[in-house]
Parts: sequence; structure tokens; C-alpha cells
Amino acid sequence: MHLYELPLLFALIGLAFYTVLGGADFGAGWWQLTAGTGRDAASIRNHAHRAVGPVWEANHVWLIFVLTVVWTAYPTAFGSIASTLSIPLFIAAVGIIFRGTAYALRAGASTARELRAIDTTFALSSILTPFALGAAVGGIASYRVPVGNAAGDPFSSWLNPTSLLVGVLAVATAAYIAAVFLCADAARLGERTLERKFRTRALAAGLVSGAIALAGVAVLRSDAQPLYHGLVEGKGRIGLFASIVAGSATLALVWFKRYEASRYTAAIAVAAIIAGWALAQSPVFLEGLTVREAAAGRDTLVAVTVAVLAGAAILFPSLALLFRLVLGGDLGRGESVAERPAQARSLLTALAPGLLPRLAIACFVAGIGFLTVADAAWAHALGVFWLFAFIVAAFPAALPPDLLPAPIKNRSRDHG
Amino acid sequence: MAEVHQDYLLQARQMQALSFAVHIPLVCFGIAFPALVLFVEWLYLRTGDELYRTLAKRWTKVMAALFAAGVVTGTILSFEMGLLWPAFTASFGSVFGLGFAIEGFSFFMEAIFIGIYIYGWERLSPRAHFASGIPIAIAGFTGSLTVISVNGWMNHPTGFHLREGRAVDVHPVQALFGNGYFWHELVHMYLAGYIVTGFLVATAYAVGRLRGRWGRYERTALAIPLTVAALCSPVQVLVGDWNGREVARTQPIKLAAFEGLGQTRRRAPVHVLGWYKDGRVEYGIPIPRLLSLLAYHNPNATVAGLDVVPADERPPVNVVRIAFQTMVGIGSFLAVLGLVYFAARWRHKRLPESPWFYRALALAGPLSVVALICGWVTTEVGRQPWVVYRVMRTADAVTGAGGIPIGYATLALVYLALALAVAWILRRLARAPLDPALVTAEEP
Repeated sequence: MHLYELPLLFALIGLAFYTVLGGADFGAGWWQLTAGTGRDAASIRNHAHRAVGPVWEANHVWLIFVLTVVWTAYPTAFGSIASTLSIPLFIAAVGIIFRGTAYALRAGASTARELRAIDTTFALSSILTPFALGAAVGGIASYRVPVGNAAGDPFSSWLNPTSLLVGVLAVATAAYIAAVFLCADAARLGERTLERKFRTRALAAGLVSGAIALAGVAVLRSDAQPLYHGLVEGKGRIGLFASIVAGSATLALVWFKRYEASRYTAAIAVAAIIAGWALAQSPVFLEGLTVREAAAGRDTLVAVTVAVLAGAAILFPSLALLFRLVLGGDLGRGESVAERPAQARSLLTALAPGLLPRLAIACFVAGIGFLTVADAAWAHALGVFWLFAFIVAAFPAALPPDLLPAPIKNRSRDHG
Repeated sequence: MAEVHQDYLLQARQMQALSFAVHIPLVCFGIAFPALVLFVEWLYLRTGDELYRTLAKRWTKVMAALFAAGVVTGTILSFEMGLLWPAFTASFGSVFGLGFAIEGFSFFMEAIFIGIYIYGWERLSPRAHFASGIPIAIAGFTGSLTVISVNGWMNHPTGFHLREGRAVDVHPVQALFGNGYFWHELVHMYLAGYIVTGFLVATAYAVGRLRGRWGRYERTALAIPLTVAALCSPVQVLVGDWNGREVARTQPIKLAAFEGLGQTRRRAPVHVLGWYKDGRVEYGIPIPRLLSLLAYHNPNATVAGLDVVPADERPPVNVVRIAFQTMVGIGSFLAVLGLVYFAARWRHKRLPESPWFYRALALAGPLSVVALICGWVTTEVGRQPWVVYRVMRTADAVTGAGGIPIGYATLALVYLALALAVAWILRRLARAPLDPALVTAEEP
């Protein structure tokens, strides 16, 4: 592994996370869209929403992560891809807006009819976005994106057999991943009916995805020879093989109701396809451009690598916390605040009548002196410091007095 | 990348501007709203008063809806870096991209902890819940820091050398964070976040008061954001003045466009209002020597005019100048409104009572958004015709792909739908009935 390959590895890992987690979100939208009408349908839609709602934003950041790493570390390749494939990428972007709008709207909807209208209107994006992104990937994988600003064909670069295959496969695997996850969630919540419904859906979607993938091999053979050879005979074989094993294992696990384990095998099945694609295509990034040629200078690669590793050290514990909370339910509920409210007024509040306003005014005057009168850069930094100190000091002093946290003795009896 | 011909450069710029204009007000809520919600929750933790808990929970729903809108509009911006300006990203992604890569992690932290915070109201201990909100506020700051570091670099490019049109010898950390042009922009935007959020939230309750909704709950919900915004807006006047001096130092042409200064001259005046035509401002009210004084702290200083560069290197003066004057005008109005609030607070120890104050406050929120967008128009259009100041022209950055007018129209329609959706949900949330105990608890 060379330094110039590291950021691409990070981007591919990010893409795998996005395909699994973002895919689960879009797949949930697919099941909302196809739920039909009636009470059962409403429970399916609500379950899909409840499971994904708290995590969908984090799941979508993976896409932004992929974009930013690629444009920083492989700028020429990024510019070529984004300009030639501008139509599918724009369609995907519009779909993402709709998906987010649905989440925003759902927060305020109250009647079942409103919920259904929102879900069906916006769930269309759940097909649009994965298809468009898959079609774009198909264009890259079948070497239809030349180097240059919009140098490729704006239509045939993503409307071709390989793109259609990857696009349809993306929609199907999204539905499959979502069904597996939602089935596991339902089982965890003890929702027997929902568990049964999503189990059926997971098995069906798994079979359909597998069938599309197998049929796809024939498509690749006629349309994307290099990719086909890489996947079937070259280094990509490992990925393809791993995906078949993990996909079959998922079906078996779902069949035998081992849902928690099936989450991970389903994710591996999808991630292995991405790994297989990367291995099959390596070291070529775009036609006539290897990964090495596409890579930015050494300082940039080092900076990206350090930033990603440092970021990951914060990111993964945080993600674990989020998923643990969402999947596990509680984190230390039961401690009540009202039983042990603060006994004393805060220091700031106690200072408020006399000292704080004077302190605030002193900070403000110092701020003007350093920021406005003085000219040196260090003075400006001090000036900003004093002005922020002014805001912090003046805030408790400037709030109307009846809004400050009063001594608890009076307040808790009035309103407790 | 080879140069391409693009018939619709102006439309591409407008599409980018539209996307920024939609996203930036939401960014303000990302910067400032978590801190406000956390402050209210802290009041609840200290007092056990249910009113604060109710307020924080209701604001959390607003925060959730606006954050969702912010996520998707922010995603669009990152797409547009490639869809509209692939040559810019291809040439300089290695220099500025790091800022966005780090921003990605801020975005992650924001998204993760906002999920925990929203989901955790009933599921976490009160202290753990409060703590889960702190990373949101921090990520709001680091996110704007990294994005503005990129904008600072575009305005004052450093950290690389150009060889045959390619960026070589790239030092991205130095380019982004060792850049002297970035700190004043960051402080200006960070304060703007608190001003816009504070006044917009206060506006909602000011309108409520004008319609007769005015209990202890509403007074609390109005006073907290109003106090923050009223403190920040006078400070913003000072910070804005500092920004002006930095622009004078590093981008004299932009400063000349702010003021419509056609010719380089000593003792340069400021013109209030008016229209720039043929190298001078017509129908404006001149204030002699003020520009020299403001820009260089010397009423006799020489200020560079637009004539120091050829005509094809000048920004569209009237757009920049009108945006700049609008921003300054609204900023001054907001600062005065803040002072009026403090005067009432000091003399009568309570909120102002005049309906005129609340009518002005009802305008303050929307006006603060106008000022925010005008500020970004000032700096972004003022940088034209360059995307990377004096290094790369915007015309050389644009995509060669067709269909920009179609994309622009589609995006405008989609954003209109998004705006309607957000308006609908905010109305819904505002109309959700309060717990009756809070409504009748205390009527002044």
C-alpha cells in the first residue's frame, strides 16, 4: 500500500459505509413507498421511519466524506467525473433534497393521511438517488469517463448497460439491506407482525438482488470487458466470492431468524462488491489515468491521511454511541433532575447586579481599543477576545431579571 | 484541465449563489441554535422549572427540522463543487480540499450528536442529555471554521506555487490555517450566526406578542435569543469595521467596489446611497475623507481606486456596492435596536413595552437574513472576476457540461418546495398547543 492509495482506500471505505447505511435509509423509503394503504401499511411506514430517523443524517455524511476526500486527494479525477457525469449526480442530489425534506416534514405531521402523503411523495427519491449514483458508478467502472472538463458523453456515460445494471442493483441492494435491518429492529422491539413482514421482504429482496447480480455478470461481459475480467479472473474475484458467500449466509441467517448476525453479513455482502470493483479496476482510476497519476502532492496526501485518521478516532466512538442508543433504547434513564436541583444561585447570577455589568463594559472598551484603534494583528486577536468576553459577561447581566434562575426555594414551590 | 467554452457562466454563478443563499441562513442555526437550546436546558437543570424543559424541547424540534434542511442543502453545495466548478476543484482541490475533508468530520459530529440529542430527551439522564448537546455546538463552530478557511484562501490564496497553470509545491495546512485573511471572516460570520438566529427566533415571539400571546413562556422564549442578538449586533459593527480594514489591505479593488471609488485618490470620501456610473457615484450623499479614515485610520490616506486594474479585472460595482450598503444599513439598524433594548432593560428592569419595539423586532429577523446574504454577496461578487483571487478566473473554473439553465430552473423549483415545506413544518410546530399549566402559570 502506497501513500497515494491511502486516501482512495478511505474513500472506498466511506463508500461502503454509505452504500450500507445510506442504502438502508433509501431502502426504508422503498418499503414506505410500496407499503400500500391501510393500518398494516401505516405500521410498516412508521417502523421504517422510527428505525432510520435518528441516524439518517449521520448516514448521509458518508457521501460528503467520500466527495471531499476524492476532490482533495484526486482532484483531476474528481473534476472529470463530476463534469462528465453531471446529470446523474444532479439527479442524485435532487433526490437527497427530497429525502431530507421528508424527514423535516415528518417532524410536524400529525395525521395518518399527512404521513402517507409525505412518505409516498418523497419516497420516490429513494429510487432516484441510489439509481443515479449507481449509474454514475457504472459509468466510471466501464471507463466511460475520460480525463477532462466534461470530456465524456453527457448521456451515454450513464445511460448504458453497465450503468443501468449498477443502478438497478443499487436500488435492489438498498431495499435488501433495509429489509434485513428493519426485520432485526422489529425482532428487537418484539413486534411479531412487523418482523414477519420484513423477514419475507428481506428474503425476497435478497433473492432478487442476487439474481440481478448474476445476470449482471453477463451484462459486464458484453459491455465492460476490463471490469468483467478483473472481477471474474483478476484480483476482484475475492470480492465477488466474498459477496456471494456473505449474501447466501444472510439469506440463511434471516431464514433461521438470526437477525442480529444477518445485519453484519448483509453489510459485508454489499461492501465486498465495492472492494471487488476497486480491486478489479486497480491501478486504473479513469481511462488513461492511474491512481498514482491522479493523486495530489505528498503534503496534501499526508494532511488528508492524518485528518481522516484523527477524525476516525472521534467518529467511530460517537457513531457507536448513537447506534447503541438507537438500537439499545436507554442510556441511564431514571435519574431525575427535579429531585436534586441546584441549591445555590450560580456565581454569575450572584454577580449580576453590580460587578458583571461593569466587567462587561470594561471588556467592551478593551475590545474597541485593541480591535478598532490598534493596527497590529496580535492586537486584533486580543480585541476579538475582549469583545467575546464582553458578550459572555454581559449576557447574564442583560437578561431580564425575572428570567434568571432564581433561588430554587422560591421557584420550585411556585411551579413544582 | 483544458479550457472549455460555457455559454451559461452567469447562470452557473447564480445557481451557486442561490444554493448558498438557501444554505447560509440554516448554517446560522447550526452555529448558534444549539447553544441557545443548551442554555435553556441548563436553566432547567439548575431550577427544575418545567417551563425551561418545555421550551428546550420545543426548540429542539425546530432545530431538528432546520438541521435536516441544512444537511441536504449542504450536500448540494458539495455536489456543486464538482457539477459547476470542476476545473476549480481539479486545479486546486489539493490545496483547499482539506478544509472540507475536516469539515466532513464536524458535520459527522453534528449529525451524530443531534441524533442523540433529539432521540435522547426521554432516554438519557438529564445530565447526559445536556452533555450530548455540547458537541453539536462545538461542531457548529469547527465546521464554519474549516469552510471559512477555504473562503479565506480563495480570497487570499497562499500555500502553493503555480507552474504551467498547475498548483505545485502544495502545503494545504499552511494555505488554509496559516492564512492571515481568514480570522476576520470567521469572527464576522460566527457573530452573524448568533445575530441571525437570535433575531429570527425573537421575531417569531415578537409577532406572537403583537397578536396577544404573551405569558411567561413567551417572554422567556423571546428574551434569551433577543439578548444574545442584541449583544452581538453592536460588536458586529466593530468587527465589520475590522473586516473593512483587512479588505483594504489585501483586496483594494474589492474595497474600491464597496465604495464606488473609480480613481485612486487621497482623502477619499464615502458616499451613502447613489449609483455608480462611469467611475463615480451619482446622487450619493458624500461624507468627505471618511473612506480614508475608516480604511487606514488617516483622513488624508490614499485609497486605491478601480482604475488600478484593467476593466476586465473589476467586479460588477453596483451589485457589490448595493449589497455592501444594504448590509451596513441593516447592521446599523440591528445595533440600534440592541441599544434600545438595553436602554429599556436598564431604566425599567424589564423588556420594552412599546408595540413599536416589537414591530421593529418583527422586521429584525428577516432583515438580518437579508444582511447576511448581502454580506456574502459583497465578499463573493466583490472577488469577481476571480474564483481564486488573482490566480484563477471564474470563467476558467466553470464546467463544460451543458444544461445549466435546466439544472438552475430545477434546483430553483426544488428549493421553492423545500422552503414551503420548512415554512409549513415551522408553523405546525409553533401551533402545537402548550401545556395548559404553562399558559396560565403567570400572566403579567
